[in-house]
Amino acid sequence: MIFTLKIWRQKDAADKGGLVTYNVDDISPDSSFFEMLDQLNQHLIAQGVDPVSFDHDCREGICGTCSLYINGRPHGPLKGTTTCQLHMRSFRNGETIFVEPWRCGAFPVIKDLIVDRSAFDRIIQAGGYVSVNSGGIPDANTIPVPKSDSDASFDAAACIGCGACVASCPNASAMLFVSAKVSHLALLPQGRIEAARRVQNMVATMDSLGFGNCSNAYACEAECPKEISVTNIARMNREFLAAKLFAEKEKQISVSL
Amino acid sequence: MINLKAGAPTVPLAEQWSSYKAGCKLVNPNNKRKLDIIVVGTGLAGASAAATLGQLGYNVKAFCYQDTPRRAHSIAAQGGINAAKNYQNDGDNVFRLFYDTVKGGDYRARESNVYRLASISPEIIDLCVAQGVPFAREYGGLLANRSFGGTQVSRTFYARGQTGQQLLIGAYSALSRQIAEGAVKLYNRRDILDVVLVDGKARGVIARNLVTGEIERHAAHAVVLATGGYGNVFYLSTNAMGSNVTPAWSAYKKGALFANPCFTQIHPTCIPVHGEFQSKLTLMSESLRNDGRIWVPLDKEDVEKLRQKKIQPEDIPESKRDYYLERRYPAFGNLVPRDVASRAAKERCDAGYGVSSTGLAVYLDFSDAINRLGREAIAARYGNLFQMYEQIVADNPYKTPMMIYPAVHYTMGGLWVDYELMTTVPGLYAIGECNFSDHGANRLGASALMQGLADGYFVLPYTISGYLSGEIHTPPISTSLPEFEAAVKSVSERLAGLKNSSGKESVDHFHRKLGKIMWEYCGMSRNEAGLQKALSLIEELKAEFAADVRIPGGLKEYNPELEKAWRVQDFIELGELMVRDALQRKESCGGHFREEYQTPDGEALRNDDEFAFVGAWEYKGVGSAPALTKEELQFEAVIPSQRSYK
Repeated sequence: MIFTLKIWRQKDAADKGGLVTYNVDDISPDSSFFEMLDQLNQHLIAQGVDPVSFDHDCREGICGTCSLYINGRPHGPLKGTTTCQLHMRSFRNGETIFVEPWRCGAFPVIKDLIVDRSAFDRIIQAGGYVSVNSGGIPDANTIPVPKSDSDASFDAAACIGCGACVASCPNASAMLFVSAKVSHLALLPQGRIEAARRVQNMVATMDSLGFGNCSNAYACEAECPKEISVTNIARMNREFLAAKLFAEKEKQISVSL
Repeated sequence: MINLKAGAPTVPLAEQWSSYKAGCKLVNPNNKRKLDIIVVGTGLAGASAAATLGQLGYNVKAFCYQDTPRRAHSIAAQGGINAAKNYQNDGDNVFRLFYDTVKGGDYRARESNVYRLASISPEIIDLCVAQGVPFAREYGGLLANRSFGGTQVSRTFYARGQTGQQLLIGAYSALSRQIAEGAVKLYNRRDILDVVLVDGKARGVIARNLVTGEIERHAAHAVVLATGGYGNVFYLSTNAMGSNVTPAWSAYKKGALFANPCFTQIHPTCIPVHGEFQSKLTLMSESLRNDGRIWVPLDKEDVEKLRQKKIQPEDIPESKRDYYLERRYPAFGNLVPRDVASRAAKERCDAGYGVSSTGLAVYLDFSDAINRLGREAIAARYGNLFQMYEQIVADNPYKTPMMIYPAVHYTMGGLWVDYELMTTVPGLYAIGECNFSDHGANRLGASALMQGLADGYFVLPYTISGYLSGEIHTPPISTSLPEFEAAVKSVSERLAGLKNSSGKESVDHFHRKLGKIMWEYCGMSRNEAGLQKALSLIEELKAEFAADVRIPGGLKEYNPELEKAWRVQDFIELGELMVRDALQRKESCGGHFREEYQTPDGEALRNDDEFAFVGAWEYKGVGSAPALTKEELQFEAVIPSQRSYK
């Protein structure tokens, strides 16, 4: 197969950057999108040109390292698929493909197609955990968990933290990512204990990092490679509201005492 | 020659760990605050260790090459994690898990470490559940289990086909909590290019900031390597693209012994190779063998028709199928250990019965299980794996059998460590896949996650305190010491050398070549002549690399080709050591199959009289052959016998 690629090149964070056109041929339809880019890079290296930098690691759709807008869509045209699991048979022979880094103020470009997503780490550090130490833990079967809750928690925990939700959102909102983590833990008895504190801290951190708000476009759900549901956002809003109301009530009680 | 002593307490096996814990020296909280620890790698072992050490009160610096700790390659483990909980009441206990692991490892693991691993395993599950890991559950709300290769009990805990991801998120969240509390400082997008020794003790590392290219010095009272395995020496493997041996290799060059490098695991169930530009192999979880049946056609005519796509596998009647694992190993059938299953697949394909256009694939068929349990039940167990397969191959495994072929997956060898997980360099520890200790010559499925978390959460935090209790009077280590200066100088020189090379070929070119040498001569089966040939081919490759590599871009910028060049250079040297190790081990055991040593019916022939030892290699400098030191293995509880899964 042959393709015309229009790829975003940007030397570093300070550089303005722009699209550069490349042609590739002799691409197997069974090649993954990255194997196609590998082939391009081999040609560029042979010509002494700096190869295209892109983030990738496991290449089996689970680590969440890969990103890219492909023809304007996060992770390309297929539903429920990361870029690394996208194969060239999903494109027309001779097609022109636009490849760009994710564009969001909270994810600055590092080089070419690579962006800095450490804002997600900071959101998790704000409370995306259960505060238990590695010792003195009761037997795992001490607290039975309804299978439906556990399954729903897993569905939310399947988030790979790639940032496609932010990249697809007209407001660059991180609500799907944050709500997936909030839901994952809030649905389990082990995570309930800190649920109120967690949701408030994570939402406050999310807001402080420059992510936008949710206006129910649902593009995040449509583009999420792990098909995380927007019902998680509804659950987070409910958790958040309840936490705030409860916090007010607690304050009143302590005042009246 | 170095005298290798594991140093487990001299009490009966079952009492060793409690005896160790009762006697080990502790560091009081005021002193912990004054002690710095570097942890390299943030997979299950590294993240759990960094989180726990931070929780205990040490100052921890955690390093990873990824953009965030949550992406370490532990994330890709699909099948599950073993634990001797006996929740199924099917006869499991600590001894049985220990026994299965030693037997599965073909009697080349150290009993004391394996027993400790088995005895810790239940605690891991408790902790992970408390962290919010959403393991599979039964309708009654309790945890579910499944069976796995090489065992006759159901002791594997799982989270659909994403157990590694869920466990890593648990460890990552524990780590994030410690980062938020200021106990751990995270350095992401860093390669560790050297380990710094001061007065013979590990005192720091030299890192390269992958974004800016800056060379950084980091000092500590102890250094922990949790850098995973070296399967990428084969170029094609199931490892992540960035997985590398570099930090462990720099430790080897600084005096840490490298043990059993030839013990590599070939996983039986991977998606077959499609072509020359393939960049990595994708694993299909071994758990699929629980319900899938492996077969090839009985007649070569059918094989031919299949390859030409004249017929579909469904068209071949039961009577014309060879379920070769069930035929050869009636007791374990499709659940034989990985090495046995891999070699059996190779044997059938070499004999000309391989399906697919390349002739390098066998079928993994779910039709019986779907008929027996229903499509829904199979989807609940393997849904995401089936989806993944369909995305890659464009075939629907609910309808047509999967095609699978063995691929390099895990490396049992690694830095030699004692009972305390310390390498032969004082203050330098190796945990998880990075060390050699628990899996012998072959790792059982669902045991890697167990070992990573056992080492990080429950073993290292105890054993490191013994060492650090002797360091409480050592002030913070200065990074201006001459040892740091020298390390920075040598790292910078090597980088500049790579950058200034004026060849024509890309790094991948050499990596692919190395992979082919290793797969051909030091892969699933090995022989003397092939290994000798590999040695000379690797020697040639080294010279070619030095003369002909081309690395675009600069030193002080984001430069993935430069990163790869350093890693591949290390892989080439490691490849040579693996071949040497495979040459010296004149027996077949686990992942190491020497064609000269097999039974008349093609089974591995171990030689316990001469080779019941850990082969640990000592670096002797450029141009000198490394020296082999043996740690003799003592078996008290398990009597080595020929592994039989018949």
